[in-house]
Parts: sequence; structure tokens; C-alpha cells
Amino acid sequence: MSFPWAEQYTPKNPFMKWMDERLPIPRLVYNSVGAGYPVPRNLNYFWNFGVLAGLALMIQIVTGIVLAMHYTPEAGMAFASVEHIMRDVNSGWLLRYLHFNGASFFFIVVYIHIFRGLYFGSYKAPREMVWLLGVVILLLMMATAFMGYVLPWGQMSYWAAQVITGLFAAIPLVGESLQQWLLGGFAPDNATLNRFFSLHYLLPFVILGCIILHIWALHLPGSNNPTGIDVKGPQDTIPFHPYYTAKDGFGAGVFLIALAIVVFFAPNFLGHADNYIEANPLSTPAHIVPEWYFWPFYAILRAFTVDFILEAKLWGVIAMFASIIVLFFLPWLDRSPVRSGTFRPKFKIWFWVLVVDIIALAYLGGAPAEEPYVMFSQIATIYYFAHFLIILPLISRTERPLPLPNSITEAVLGKDKTTAQPVAAE
Amino acid sequence: MATEDHVDQPAADQPEEGVRRRDFLNVAAVSVAGVGGVIAILPLVNQMNPDADVLALASIDVDLSAVEPGQTIKTSWRKQPLFIRHLTEDEIAEARAVDVSALRDPQTLEERTAEGYEQWLISLAVCTHLGCIPLGAAPGENKGEFGGYFCPCHGSHYDTAGRIRKGPAPTNLVVPEYAFTSDTTVTIG
Amino acid sequence: MVRVIGFLVGLGFVVVLGYSLIVGAIAYFTEEESGPTSYDYHLYAQDVSFPSDGPLGRFDRQQLQRGFQVFREVCAACHSLEYVAFRNLTEIGFTEAEVDAIADQWPIQVPTVDENTGEETTRNAVPADNFPRVYANEVAGRAANNNAYPPDLSLMTKARGEGAAYLYSLLVGYQDPPADLPEEFLPTTGLYYNPYFPNLNLAMPPALFPDQVTYADGTEATVQQMAWDVTAFLIWTAEPRMEARKATGWAVLIFLIFATVLAFLSYKNVWRDQKH
Repeated sequence: MSFPWAEQYTPKNPFMKWMDERLPIPRLVYNSVGAGYPVPRNLNYFWNFGVLAGLALMIQIVTGIVLAMHYTPEAGMAFASVEHIMRDVNSGWLLRYLHFNGASFFFIVVYIHIFRGLYFGSYKAPREMVWLLGVVILLLMMATAFMGYVLPWGQMSYWAAQVITGLFAAIPLVGESLQQWLLGGFAPDNATLNRFFSLHYLLPFVILGCIILHIWALHLPGSNNPTGIDVKGPQDTIPFHPYYTAKDGFGAGVFLIALAIVVFFAPNFLGHADNYIEANPLSTPAHIVPEWYFWPFYAILRAFTVDFILEAKLWGVIAMFASIIVLFFLPWLDRSPVRSGTFRPKFKIWFWVLVVDIIALAYLGGAPAEEPYVMFSQIATIYYFAHFLIILPLISRTERPLPLPNSITEAVLGKDKTTAQPVAAE
Repeated sequence: MATEDHVDQPAADQPEEGVRRRDFLNVAAVSVAGVGGVIAILPLVNQMNPDADVLALASIDVDLSAVEPGQTIKTSWRKQPLFIRHLTEDEIAEARAVDVSALRDPQTLEERTAEGYEQWLISLAVCTHLGCIPLGAAPGENKGEFGGYFCPCHGSHYDTAGRIRKGPAPTNLVVPEYAFTSDTTVTIG
Repeated sequence: MVRVIGFLVGLGFVVVLGYSLIVGAIAYFTEEESGPTSYDYHLYAQDVSFPSDGPLGRFDRQQLQRGFQVFREVCAACHSLEYVAFRNLTEIGFTEAEVDAIADQWPIQVPTVDENTGEETTRNAVPADNFPRVYANEVAGRAANNNAYPPDLSLMTKARGEGAAYLYSLLVGYQDPPADLPEEFLPTTGLYYNPYFPNLNLAMPPALFPDQVTYADGTEATVQQMAWDVTAFLIWTAEPRMEARKATGWAVLIFLIFATVLAFLSYKNVWRDQKH
């Protein structure tokens, strides 16, 4: 699509030719994930995670559709219907554990995918739109995961619905009516459960649509690569198929092995025991935490403990949303012309500090809201915002990047340029 | 990735053999992935089969002591309606008088009832044509031209042994498996 | 422009958080040492293992049947088992005839409607029924138990963070309060001291006593034995498909490892002529 030397699709037989003139889906596939999409030859294993995220979404959609055939979105029956799936439905336990742990694995691969983008500068021109769509997908995933977590109607489900909609109540003037509008009542109940079920079914398809746009936007400039430098010519690329399909096949195998180990041998490891107690509006569990993939944001939410002009609660809500909104501005906050962190000595250090900081935030978000955890989460939150809003803009001015290789081929082969040959698809 | 170097070497010296082995590996990998994909579909299909709690309702006990000759009771088994008819002497005689070989679905009354309990005609109340419930159970309902059941949807007539005699239905009313546990109780399913 | 606004916003967050941090830190370091909390006397669950533990663990059906006996003769007086059906008992080795008898003789009947009068009544349970609830609803349960509702046990081993070990510890953990226990943590009327329970005082009275049940297989019914058996039974009620899960898991894992090795070899084959 993007490079003039991309392989052209030629229908192999009369039927494909007939098809190509009427509905060129094979051509579309060929050009987007087939031999017609030239990809930098030097991608490392971190570039597997985009495809893995797509695989994770497909697992969620397929298992979700069949689970919906047995689940009952009614406050008095939802919990029992999940137990019915676990006990009586044929392979029901497998489908539910896959869906439940699949959500966690989806977030694992997406978080690695995001860190990959952060380190190698994939958010920079000309791929800003790819990044922006990615952040939209992340927000949609979070909404979907939250609503899905409410569906089993266990204690954690119920109190998640209560607490998360309660965040909106912090908004001045309209907050309380907004929360009631979200819940369809004064507390989570049947109306809440039904709308969450409806939206939980809808949003994955919206995500799918955004992923198509994400890939479309990616294919115009083509994929970034570990050196961050632009593709200069045919010798820098190889066709997506068979090279990266083969590599992604291997990656998918490793991903499925990891998923299978958790699903079959530790299916409740990533969950919370309290969600095996049916929702009880009259009793809050002693220690409520969201699912692990929300812990960093939960830590940011709880880091604000003192009123300062605005209420502490409102600050927490603003900061939590800001922690994601800030990602939208990243392409314009970091103005360094060099994409890859490999050639940015200062950026590289701060990047790893950020990784540690976010892991610390995750740990603190899962910890009880006591000292000294709160103080640590305040320090970690300070760094999170400082990293994106203060440190990145500053180092992009002061940093002196390392010399860049002249081309991807040179980076791959060192000085020995003679053996690099353009590659055609078989 | 200890195998990496190991795999890279052999084919270079033996291109012929190498090419075949390379193709074989790729074909094998894709085939195994295909097999895995097909296996993964099995639970997705199987989940639509009846659940364990539905299957657990597969047998019911019915008390027949209050059913007089000539009376039919309607009950339900596996969520399907079921007729239990206490045949009168006349109805039994009528059913036996029929020339079985001339029937669309040849069966004698004895084949359709339990030995020693020929007066109890137990059948699904589901017309074998397209699944409506035939009339003829409640007093005053149209029993059809042959005194058994009549399905109003498309006009199938069943006789006093529940056999199809006229109309579009292809087979006799289905007789479920059952066993009498005493003279007045029957276990169906 | 974006960077200027971003810088100011970032500075804003840093200032607000810094202020929170200072206020919190001052409070933290000037705060007087508070007295002992119930947490100081709480014990973590005992280290106890079950035949079903681990990726190869399977249920010991003999033990599950003993555990069911303890449940039936001791626990079932107050606790229900809502999500389990009598028919499921065939999975732990009871014959269909035994299950028929267990269901038919279950002391609590199943609500139904009288066929002739249409009035609400009850009937004996059948294998297809779930275990009937002991109390019609939570209010009735509280009213009968000094305002402490005996929870349903179907999912209990999955519904507690420490899992089966917690349940076992709780059953064997009743003891006299330690001498140095502050008065505020001493059990009041209707409560029993148990250090494995988060707030130390449990409304459930000690339920197991030596030789309380007579095991058909001759196993000596010590408190530990009964607690171990009934906990094993409740592991099964919480996760009845566990054996199928682990067996499927091994098959899937072996297949996936084979497929992944093949995929890796294929990947290396495809890339063999490419420098990258």
C-alpha cells in the first residue's frame, strides 16, 4: 500500500479474478496483512503484541458471544446464572474462565504494546493518528472491562459499579444527577446490570471498528521499527507474509501457552475472592480493589487526600482521567526528532523510571488505602504527571541524541551492505 | 532460543533436501494450527447442547390412580406436553381391529403400549407433522375421524392407538420410554 | 503552546500532590502510636494440603463422601448449599439409588405448588433439585441465628482469600482468648474466639467435636479429620469441574507446546535467508 515497491496483487485463477473485479476482499487482505504490505525487516519481538492484542480481542468476542447464550442479566439471577455456566453448561467453565482471564491477558498485551510505542517513539509524526486511535481503544477497553466485571453480580461487581459511578458524582453541580443517570437508580440494581450488559456486548465491536481504523492509519506511513528511522528503499523491508505471519504464529503460540496455564491451572489467581459472594447492597467488603489492570489508575485516584481549592475527591477524579488524557497530547509534548529511545540517552533513563513508576503505582493501587502506601502513591503520581508534562518536553530540547544509522539495512548488517538484497514474495 | 543455530544449518549444504524439509515444516505448522482451530470450535458448538440441569429433568413419575377409563391427562416431560390416555374397552377393540399393514406407519397397539398395561396409551402430545398439540384430550374436544386425536393446524387424524390415519403427518405420535413401577405409577424417561 | 499549557497543568498536579504529601507525611510522623488492633492477634491460615491441590491433584472420592457426611450431619442444620444439586453427588461416588435416598430423606423439603388446590406446599427433594435453602431468606436466617446469617457454603472455598486453608483453620481454630487480649476484643455473648477469623470473634459456635460423626469406612472422626474432610467436600462444591479442567489443561498444553515448537521452527525456516 504505502511503498512503491510493494507487491501487487494478481488473482491466481479465474474465480479470484472474477471476485477481484466485484468485491476485492482478497486484495484488501493481501495488501494489509499479506505479501503486499512491506514491513521493516528489523522488527523485534515487541512488534508481536499488536497482533496478539487482536487475537485476545477475538477470544473475548467469541467466548463472550457464547457466554451471553447462558447468562441472565437480571439482578436476582445473574450470579446464579454464572454458577449455572460454571457447573451445568457443557464446557461452560472453560468458556467463562477463558473470558475472565482473557480480559487480563488482553490488558497485558496491550500494555506491552503501549510501552513498545512509548519507547520506540511510535506516537511521533507521521503516526500520531495511529497513537490517538490507540488511546481511544484503551479507553473503550477500560469501559468494556469495567462493565463486564459488573455482570457476575458478585460483591466486587456490585461495589465496583457503586464506586466507579460514584467518581462521576464528584463533578460539581451535575455530578449527582449524572451518577443516577448512569445507574438508572440511586444504587446499582437491575437497570444498571441490564444497561451494562447491553453496552458490554456493544463496545467490543466498536473497539473492532477502531482497530480497523488504527491499522488503516498505520498502513499509510507503514510500521515503525526499533531504530525509529524511516524506510529508505526496498532493501529495508520484507513482505508481511510470510515473514511476519510466521513470526506472529510463533508469538501466538507462546501467548496461548501462557493463557492456558492460567486458565487451566490457576483460573482464579487474577480474580478476587469476594466476587464469589453474591452482591449484597447492605455490606461492603473490607478491602475493595478493582481488577489489577486498573490498579495504577486507582492509585492515582486515591493519591489526592487533602482539599486544595477543589475537593480532594474531585482532584482524584480529574487526575485519574487526566492520566489517560495526557497520552492524547504525547505526540506534541515530546518534540524530539529522534523516534527510538535507543538513540536517546536521557529519554531512555526516564523511560525506565516511568516503567518502574507505573509498576509501583499498580502495586500501590492494589494495596490498602493506608500509610505509608498513600505517601508512596503520591510520590509515584507526581512522577507520572511530571514525566509526561515536564520531563519529556524538557529533555526533547536539551538532549543530544546518539548518531543514527544511515538506514535500517545498515543497522541490521553493520558496515556490510553488500549482502542486503531486495526480497520478493514467493 | 537454544534451537536457533541448530535449525539454521543443515539445508545450506543440501539444497534439494533442504527445500523439501522447509516446505514440510511450514505445511506441518499450518496444519497443526488448523487442527487446533477446529478443536477450539468443539466447545463453542457443544455449549449449545442441553445443559446438565436440563438433562436431569429427563424422568418423571406420574400417578395414574385418578385417571378413569376414557379420560386423558396432559402432563409435561422434558418441557414437552405428554398425553396419558386411559383407553376404554371399545377403544382398545377399535385399535386392534385395524389392518396394520394398511397403515402409513404400521404398528400394533401392543407395540405402542406396555405389556399388561395395554389400556394406557402414553404418547407425546406433539403432532409429528410440525409440532402442534393435537386436540382430543379434554372432554368435548374434536377427536378426529378415528376417535383418537386431531391436529387442527394441518388436519392430521390419529386413531385410538395414536397412529396417523389421515392428513399430512408422516408418523405415529411418539411413544416415550417408560416403565410401570406399580399398577398406578409410571416412570417416564 | 501545548507544551506550555502541559507544563502548567503538570506543575499544578505536582503542587497539589506535593501539598497532600506534606500534610500526609506530617500526620504520619507526628501521629501517636495507636494501641493494638485486632490485626495483631489475627493468625494466617494453617498450612494444610488437600488431594486436589496442584496441577495434578484429583479429588479423593472416599474423602468427599466423608466430608459430605459431616456436612449433612453437622453443617446442614444452618448452612445451605444452593448451587449444588443432589444429582451432582453421583460425581463423588454415590450411586443413583443412594442419591435418590439422600434427596428423598433430606430434612428440608422443596417448595412446590399443590397440584389440586394450587396452594404453596412442600415436597420431598428429588435428585434434580438443588439442595434446598435452610432459611427462606436472609431475614429468616438472621432471626434464627442471633442476627448472624449462616452463609451459603457452595462457593465458600473460592469466596475467601485464603481459600480452603482458611476454612479448615477456622473449623479447628476455636480456642480460649490469649491472656493479654485487650478487653475490647474479648468475645461478647453469642460470639466465640477464633484467631483465624478477621475480627477474632465469630458468631458460629464450635461445631465439631471428637467422634461427632461415625464414618462408615472406619476413619477415626477427630476434629482435624472431620474439618479436613468437610473442607475437601467444599472444595468440590465450589469447583466441581476441577478434574475436567486439569485434564483438559494438560491436553491443551501439550498440544500448544508442540504447535508452538513447530511454529518456531517454521518461523526460523521462513527467515533463514533474511538478515534482521
